[in-house]
Amino acid sequence: MKQKNVLEYLEQTVVRVPEKVAYADDSFELTFKQVFDQSRAVGSALLNRGLTGEPIVVFMPKHPKTIAAFFGCVYGGNYYVPIDPEMPRFRIELIFANLCPKAVICDEGSLEALQSFNYVGDVLLYDEIASSPIDEAELRAVREKQIDTDPIYIVFTSGSTGVPKGVVACHRSVIDYIEQLSEILSFSEETRFANQSPLYFDACLKELYPTIKFGATAYLTPKQLFMFPIKLVEFLNEHRINTVCWVVSALTMISAFNTFEKVKPEYLHTIAFGSEVFPIKQFNRWRAALPNAKFTNLYGPTETTGMCCFYHATKDFAPDEVIPIGRPFPNREIILLTEENKRAEQGQVGEICVRGTALTLGYYHAFEKTNEVFVQNPLNDRYPELIYRTGDLGKWNEQGELIFISRKDYQIKHMGHRIELGEIEANVNLLEGVSMSCCLFDKEKDKIELFYVGELPEKELFALLKDKLPRYMLPNKVRQLESLPLTANGKLDRMTLKKMMHGE
Amino acid sequence: MNELLEILSDLHPDVDFETEENLIEERILDSLDIVSLISEIDDRFDVVIPPEEIVPENFNSAKALWALICRLDEE
Repeated sequence: MKQKNVLEYLEQTVVRVPEKVAYADDSFELTFKQVFDQSRAVGSALLNRGLTGEPIVVFMPKHPKTIAAFFGCVYGGNYYVPIDPEMPRFRIELIFANLCPKAVICDEGSLEALQSFNYVGDVLLYDEIASSPIDEAELRAVREKQIDTDPIYIVFTSGSTGVPKGVVACHRSVIDYIEQLSEILSFSEETRFANQSPLYFDACLKELYPTIKFGATAYLTPKQLFMFPIKLVEFLNEHRINTVCWVVSALTMISAFNTFEKVKPEYLHTIAFGSEVFPIKQFNRWRAALPNAKFTNLYGPTETTGMCCFYHATKDFAPDEVIPIGRPFPNREIILLTEENKRAEQGQVGEICVRGTALTLGYYHAFEKTNEVFVQNPLNDRYPELIYRTGDLGKWNEQGELIFISRKDYQIKHMGHRIELGEIEANVNLLEGVSMSCCLFDKEKDKIELFYVGELPEKELFALLKDKLPRYMLPNKVRQLESLPLTANGKLDRMTLKKMMHGE
Repeated sequence: MNELLEILSDLHPDVDFETEENLIEERILDSLDIVSLISEIDDRFDVVIPPEEIVPENFNSAKALWALICRLDEE
């Protein structure tokens, strides 16, 4: 029978390798048996309190127990909502307001922080409920009723208006994602992950679920290590890490400081990256340091469950080339739609839209917002079929590979021309002495502003850019920065830059 | 040393860098701060911090960081 519940991964694996370490950080570890027992105890405790079919906030820091708490929520027929006490206070308040949760699971350390919020529902201490009795009969009864379109988690993404949107995902889309991803990246029981993503983003699905599917092991890398490149590589070597799925900036942190001249990741053979454009100079350093490793570019919005496109980067890239995002994972289709809602021709720019089981259920308590982007496939006028409009622009290259161009919102009209801000950035990034850049458009003043990091002085940069771009694409203002602000997930924080542009 | 304190204060005006000795453990500095510190130090003192010196011990206090700069400058 086909799998319909993510917990079946855990249940099949725990029989095979009960004593193997599933999740660990630098000081604590849980075996598959412990994860299995503790999550069923958590599930039973929730059911005893009548909690099922509810969003349960897991208010805990990045820790192996937090993952067991996630599975515990699912055992109780609930869906978990990860919130790290380190998240900005205002953001947490907005999330609570959206969810109105009936119960929150926290640990000894996060209890005090939780009490500072205006929350009045049930508070459950992880260590207490994880050691409470397991009610097999109740768990079985819940399982019999669960179907594969039931939700298992909500993760919050930034909304352009500043109010976070809760993306609700179900068993079916997560199982489909994990099956395809595992095939593409050749995960196995031998896989040893070092996780980078916070647990409150869907990016951590890449480690959490393949670990229980294969009986692999996932190490939660302490966040602080991403400040110290050599220590980070030593951590990878100490734990014999062979697989990382990281954001690009975490990888470039290592390569940019010439870390490879001192130490190399000895066991690493699978490197997946995404969410950002990999600067070719840094990518080539990685390839030179690990010539036998497999590098894969991944792309996908949270709304279609993790990643939905992949590209195995097996060749050398010239500095002015872009690593494609490649082709869709099996069992989902990418449709590029033009502004007229027609299929884009090869080479023509269109909005990246996704069709298939991968689509999440939509945004929590936000029907209007959901209906704006989860829409009827305009190419299908025969029966209801949803696609997700990503708001990202892309095109098919001559090899039939998808190339990411920019966010739709970064497409502007300036001096009568249609301009992709991404195109300006791409040209700036090619200049010697520039490591990163970001272009913004001030609609009111009709001005393009460029922020960049690098030793190239502003005046010289402008002079060089004149040779590369038509007059109308030249930025009206150029600002050199020490560093570009990043979001919690390590992506460029355009909202903060926008505020800087407006002088806030 | 004063110039270094100035650089640090620009990053976090709210922190007393003359007395704080646990900049890393207390999570006052993050990875972005480290990246910008390294490039600031290169610019202002003409000192390049090699990867093996990018360790918590050297970044835990202004004093430790200043000692590192002086040491690298002599070498």
